[in-house]
Amino acid sequence: MPINYYIFLSIALFCIGIVGVLTRRNAIIIFMCIELMLNAVNLLLVAFSKMHHLKMAAVNATAGTDGQLFVFFIMVVAAAEVSVGLAIIVMMYRNIHSVDVNFLNRLKH
Amino acid sequence: MTTQILFWILSVMALFSALMVVTSKNPVHSVLWLILTFFSISGHYILLNAQFLAVVNIIVYAGAIMVLFLFVIMLMNMNKESEPRKNRWLKMAGAIAGGSLLLVLVAALKDAGLKEEQAVVKVGGIGLIKNLGKELFTTYVVPFEISSILFLSAMVGAVVIGKRE
Repeated sequence: MPINYYIFLSIALFCIGIVGVLTRRNAIIIFMCIELMLNAVNLLLVAFSKMHHLKMAAVNATAGTDGQLFVFFIMVVAAAEVSVGLAIIVMMYRNIHSVDVNFLNRLKH
Repeated sequence: MTTQILFWILSVMALFSALMVVTSKNPVHSVLWLILTFFSISGHYILLNAQFLAVVNIIVYAGAIMVLFLFVIMLMNMNKESEPRKNRWLKMAGAIAGGSLLLVLVAALKDAGLKEEQAVVKVGGIGLIKNLGKELFTTYVVPFEISSILFLSAMVGAVVIGKRE
């Protein structure tokens, strides 16, 4: 497949995630949109790794492996991030009985 | 030809379910649509012959992280429409801002000189676990161990934050 298609698909997914972050108020949904953006980037990294492999396979038989390992590490960091973030959201719900991010503007006082 | 059809089906599925994640009112429905998005992205990985990443994506994202989200949502009893009153203009402004970013990125990358580059599908062995594992445990062994420390600290952090008082 032409790499352009993957680029545009990833841009579309990323922008949907951005629109979700900007328009929703529910902290959990905002968090899910961040996961969506991470996955868009992952998809593009895998596509680029395959593109690089096609060009460099004659020189280096395992060219492009780095991109897929980066995706693996992004998944690792995302899993750790989700566990801490959901703990913070649960604590926030316990304290103010809401997950509306607009209530959090009291943090600035 | 089959590859093209599969690509378009998976792309449309991913985009549609991503839109439903953003637009659906009920948070539980959002989580379920997000799981469908992850499955279609895994389908893309299989199409690119990155089989290890496809399986890890399903296990870690659709299996573990989304179940965590579902648990939290059901713990908070949010399955009614508990969205607060929102400003319609603010939503519109967010949508316009995201759409403008989409427009700018597409316009910038449309003529980026990548027209003839191909992402090779269905063949190639770099996404198989043999190659990835070898690379992971030789070149990338230090980041791998550091990520285990990251997991340990995330676990401790989640327990400390989640503890009452």
